[in-house]
Amino acid sequence: MENSVWIATLAAAITAGTPILYAALGEILAERAGVLNLGVEGMMLVGAVTGFMVAVRTGNPWLGFLVALLAAGLMAAIFAFLTITLRANQVVTGLALTMFGTGLSGFLGKPYVGIPLPLSFKPVAIPFLADIPLIGPVLFRHDPLVYLTYVLVPLLWYYFYRTRPGLNLRAVGENPAAADALGVNVFALRYIYVIIGGMLAGAGGAFLSLAYAPSWLENMTAGRGWIAVALVIFAVWDPVKALLGSYLFGGVDALTYTLQAATKIAVPSFFLKMLPYILTLVVLIIATRQTLVKHIGAPGALSIPYDREER
Amino acid sequence: MVGSSLPGPAPAPLFTWEKRLEPSRVMAVIVPVIAVILALGVGAIFLAATGFNPLKVYQSMLYGVIGSKYGLSETVVKAIPLMLAGLGVSVAFRMLLWNIGAEGQFYMGAFGASFVALTFPNLPAYIMLPAMFVAGIAMGGLWAVLPALPKARWGVNEVITTLMLNYVAILWVDYQVYGPWKDPKGFNFPLTAPFSKAAILPTIAGTRIHLGLIFALLAAIMLTIILWRTRWGYEIRVIGESPRAARYAGIKIERNIILVMLLSGALAGLAGMSEVAGITHRLQHGISPGYGYTAIIIAWLAKLHPATIILVSFLFSGLIVGGYSVQTSGVPAATVSMLQGAILFFVLGGEILTRYRLHFGRKEGK
Repeated sequence: MENSVWIATLAAAITAGTPILYAALGEILAERAGVLNLGVEGMMLVGAVTGFMVAVRTGNPWLGFLVALLAAGLMAAIFAFLTITLRANQVVTGLALTMFGTGLSGFLGKPYVGIPLPLSFKPVAIPFLADIPLIGPVLFRHDPLVYLTYVLVPLLWYYFYRTRPGLNLRAVGENPAAADALGVNVFALRYIYVIIGGMLAGAGGAFLSLAYAPSWLENMTAGRGWIAVALVIFAVWDPVKALLGSYLFGGVDALTYTLQAATKIAVPSFFLKMLPYILTLVVLIIATRQTLVKHIGAPGALSIPYDREER
Repeated sequence: MVGSSLPGPAPAPLFTWEKRLEPSRVMAVIVPVIAVILALGVGAIFLAATGFNPLKVYQSMLYGVIGSKYGLSETVVKAIPLMLAGLGVSVAFRMLLWNIGAEGQFYMGAFGASFVALTFPNLPAYIMLPAMFVAGIAMGGLWAVLPALPKARWGVNEVITTLMLNYVAILWVDYQVYGPWKDPKGFNFPLTAPFSKAAILPTIAGTRIHLGLIFALLAAIMLTIILWRTRWGYEIRVIGESPRAARYAGIKIERNIILVMLLSGALAGLAGMSEVAGITHRLQHGISPGYGYTAIIIAWLAKLHPATIILVSFLFSGLIVGGYSVQTSGVPAATVSMLQGAILFFVLGGEILTRYRLHFGRKEGK
């Protein structure tokens, strides 16, 4: 294959990986705080549909993006209330969030299926950087929402490992009783990080409907929320590794298109479509084995509701 | 046990939870009922906001279910896969094994049964139907064992693996019905040729209610016996209550993960088999409108209790049938899945009332 095809594929890998990256970063925040939110898929869909609706009505994709953050954050707040305050089972509540989000987005989005977006997020070449051979076209000719993740990933990494609030966050997820004894408000922090995590999932959904597609289709996330949840384990709750993992998945996505177009291999498209899901399975198994061997793993209190009276 | 005895700067709480010694039986009944009502309320808000008259929509949904013999019998028909898949999900959930893969196991069960029916069309019914039955539960069971193995061996998160296999199973069936198995006389629709007469489950005259209903009722009885009358069921329940206690008692958790997932997937596979042999009489695209996911809600709402799952399945199949009946008047199909999700939300939120007592203000002043 020609050089330009490879560059295009790598650039496409980043674009295709970005929605997963947003969602994975959000889930890392929630899980670092000790809350397993399996509602990522639902929050992404709600973000995608509300963002699209607002962008169509106002013609402003940024406004759509903002509303997507708020709507998905609201969904996460429901989840937080159920699991943190009412101590409902996190696994089942997460499933409920995904089911409700899927239904709600299908309900709200029905009149918007097949409607074109007047103005979507468009690629912007970054001056000078975009002209670097190879790296430029791969990394610096994307839309603003992709650039936002370039900033977000190192920022989150710094926050986790180099700041006091980041330390508190990790303490809440590892040992909430100890954090509580030190005067950290476990409940408030869990609420905050679950909601911010939801907003990031909404951002991933909005990226799909406002930049990647750009259109609304029922169930358009197609399991990306679940892939993001799996990716968090693969990335051992680290934002930088989540970035690499997301691009790996994006790469598989992009490669299937390239392969179909460039080589005309007669693999039925159904099998190509299975690839990301099978890859998720394989990666999850490998990652889980790794965490067993290296004794690194999930935050200690992940998915356990905190109850002051039971410590 | 009182909030005020805690160290640290705890502000005066508005309310406190006091753990009940025994789960409240009254609340266990009241909470789901109120949950359904509140969910309908949420649905009404969204319906009204999008220009529908919620009362009229609910009224015609209800009429679509109980207003005709067809509506009633369809409610039974749609309850069958929900019962079987719900029973399957429940047995896994009982030992805290989150099998979210009933949807995929349903599809693979349908695939297995269809494979038998399409490959050996000339078998007599007394061989054909048992063979389809076995193929259905075998494929459904296999599809659940695949994620059970890494779960048992390394603790690989089964929520994600079972869910990923749903997508794979649906694409696999799509490949068949769009590809090699497509009916040449099917006007290019994604479906297989119709099964031979021998591959069709008997029905109650004048309705589409088929033998699958008996399968579901027998499965519920069988599960009840397994869970409360056998050593295996005892082990499943102990693992669900406390995995640590189970390990101390010498219960082999890994073995049970695989066996329980096998049973769980087999039941969902049987649901898929009954659907192709009882309703569609062929394999086709989109054979389940999310039965496997609805089954999760049903199982949880029924507190994983087999007999209750049978009853709750009728409620949710009524919701599905009612949903179909109002689609013609423009109400989005997604309304039903939105309502289902909302019901589960409210049930989950209300469950704390069965486990805890709510006290307003501090208790110290009493």
